[in-house]
Amino acid sequence: MDYGLDTKSTRLKTFNTIFIITWLLIACFPFIWTFWGSFKVRADFFSRSDWWYAISAFNTLIETGGKFTTNAYTQAWTEGEFWKASKNTIIVTVFVVSISLFLGTLGAYALSRSTEKYAFWILMAALIFRAMPHITLVSGYLFPFFELQIWGILPTTIVVLVAINQPFTLWLLYSFFKTVPKELDESALIDGCSYFQAFRHIIMPVMWPGVITAGLFSLMLAYNDFTVTALLLNQENHTMVPKIQSYLGTNQHEGNLMWAVSAVVSATAPLFMLVMFFQRQVISGLTAGAVKG
Amino acid sequence: MPNKTFFWFFLPTGLAMILFIGLPIISTGIQSFYAQHDQVVKEVKKCDPFGCTVSIVVDNEETSKIREAKPLGKFNGFGTYTDRNHLAVDEIKKFWNETESFGAFVDQVTNLPFYKALIFTLTYCLFVTPNVLLLGFIIALSLNAVARKIRGPLIFGTILPMIVTPLVGSLVLFWMIDSQGIIGANIQNLMNDPYLSLKSSKTLTWITIIIYGIWHHSPFAFVVFYAALQTVPQEPIEAAIIDGASRFQRIKHIVLPHIYPVVTFVALISLMDNFRVFEPIIGFSAEGSAQSLSWLIYDNLVNEEVILFGSAAATSMMTIIGIAILLAPVLIRTWKEFKTAR
Repeated sequence: MDYGLDTKSTRLKTFNTIFIITWLLIACFPFIWTFWGSFKVRADFFSRSDWWYAISAFNTLIETGGKFTTNAYTQAWTEGEFWKASKNTIIVTVFVVSISLFLGTLGAYALSRSTEKYAFWILMAALIFRAMPHITLVSGYLFPFFELQIWGILPTTIVVLVAINQPFTLWLLYSFFKTVPKELDESALIDGCSYFQAFRHIIMPVMWPGVITAGLFSLMLAYNDFTVTALLLNQENHTMVPKIQSYLGTNQHEGNLMWAVSAVVSATAPLFMLVMFFQRQVISGLTAGAVKG
Repeated sequence: MPNKTFFWFFLPTGLAMILFIGLPIISTGIQSFYAQHDQVVKEVKKCDPFGCTVSIVVDNEETSKIREAKPLGKFNGFGTYTDRNHLAVDEIKKFWNETESFGAFVDQVTNLPFYKALIFTLTYCLFVTPNVLLLGFIIALSLNAVARKIRGPLIFGTILPMIVTPLVGSLVLFWMIDSQGIIGANIQNLMNDPYLSLKSSKTLTWITIIIYGIWHHSPFAFVVFYAALQTVPQEPIEAAIIDGASRFQRIKHIVLPHIYPVVTFVALISLMDNFRVFEPIIGFSAEGSAQSLSWLIYDNLVNEEVILFGSAAATSMMTIIGIAILLAPVLIRTWKEFKTAR
């Protein structure tokens, strides 16, 4: 909003700049600090005597002979089996994203093209489902899953995450398909296509912007999930986030807290890259429900 | 679209939602009426040269037999809902009769696990939601005033706290605020109190978690408000400038009314998200002084001896009721709109 008439005083401009810089510091500094600290030894990053050690690398120099060390990373990825956790995360994420997009596009397309009343009620039900705290759902899953003996394995978690993700995906893609003109597929129907053919040949080529946004959010949900993965997967199959928590639990071991620090950096970095790359889609997805109504 | 086509298009996603969201809620409801079996005890007579003693021990074989026959547990009706760990009806009656002042009564009640968690959850919602709205709006206004060229990176920096998972976000902050971290250690030096730490007092822990909540959720409010600000029409603002309205007046009378629907949307979403606060409690290892409803459920489910399905389910049901109360105004409003539209 650059209004021709709106002249800002220098004082206001300065104040604004200071505010933004302060906010960005608050928002970003914790991550920068953790990244910096992950290359130090524990005695420096969690210094009992002097926090300046984290910058001067006093103990890191004594223990490893250099100012920076990647010990925490190598140990966490090998000894701590973080490689296994990241492998599991990749499997879970890929399957959750592809399955939930497949189900979501079909369902949302149908919802956007239906003029019946039940479409409205389905959307309302999805909104209520979206509001359910995940932990209450998990408390419903655990017992039946134990009885059916499907607890602890990756496929169960993938299906559960897909289902939990559906309400949001449906809403997002519904508001996206609403912006695709009806005339496009209607003309195909007149030409004798079935709805499936119209979807396959007319809608699929134009739906990618919406699908990318929805895919990003599915990805973030699957990648970031703690509640479901921590309670539905056994130790062997843990994904990254529950793995990080398990490093915290075993505090007796000197190195483990630093494992958690390096694991946090390892898990966050790909996410940041992704968001940097797809920033516009993330923001359009967040605002889709709000601005378009 | 004909009903039949709609059915086939919607079947996969509908099935997924019914099987893994609808059924679990029903399963939670059923589980909440059951409680785990009591252990079967038997009397064992032990005789030695000094005489015989009768002791009571747990009969493991019988216990596991019963557990296998009825894995759901024994029927408990509303027993789990009213026990000490949930609504604590008897305890409250007792406190009411025994305590002398109302303050003492409230004190006693808020020490019961369920009420303690409920109060923390509500306090968290009450403090985080309005501050998120306010901070998000201010950041949006302020970023909206900087040059377009540098906005991209600034927005990226702003949304970072939101895209990391709450566990990681709270850990990252915790490692700084903890007594051995950069901020915690400096505050200790500043206050000259080597024992001052996050864990040292309940109030400090609560404040930290609330600050974390604001830090984590504000970017979401910012993004939505920022997008809404782009749609504010320019003409009324220019007219207001000509009429001599101050910056504050312009925001109050033109910008805010325009983005009002969005404000309710953000308030609702962040209220729903805040009500399920749980991961920061683990991240800040604050279990000692701050427990939320979701955390109570988690704690029951990771119980080491025997998973307390019934207890977790009862808390879950009450959480769902809480969510329903929060959502009720919105649902009623949409229903009314829907009826009038017909």
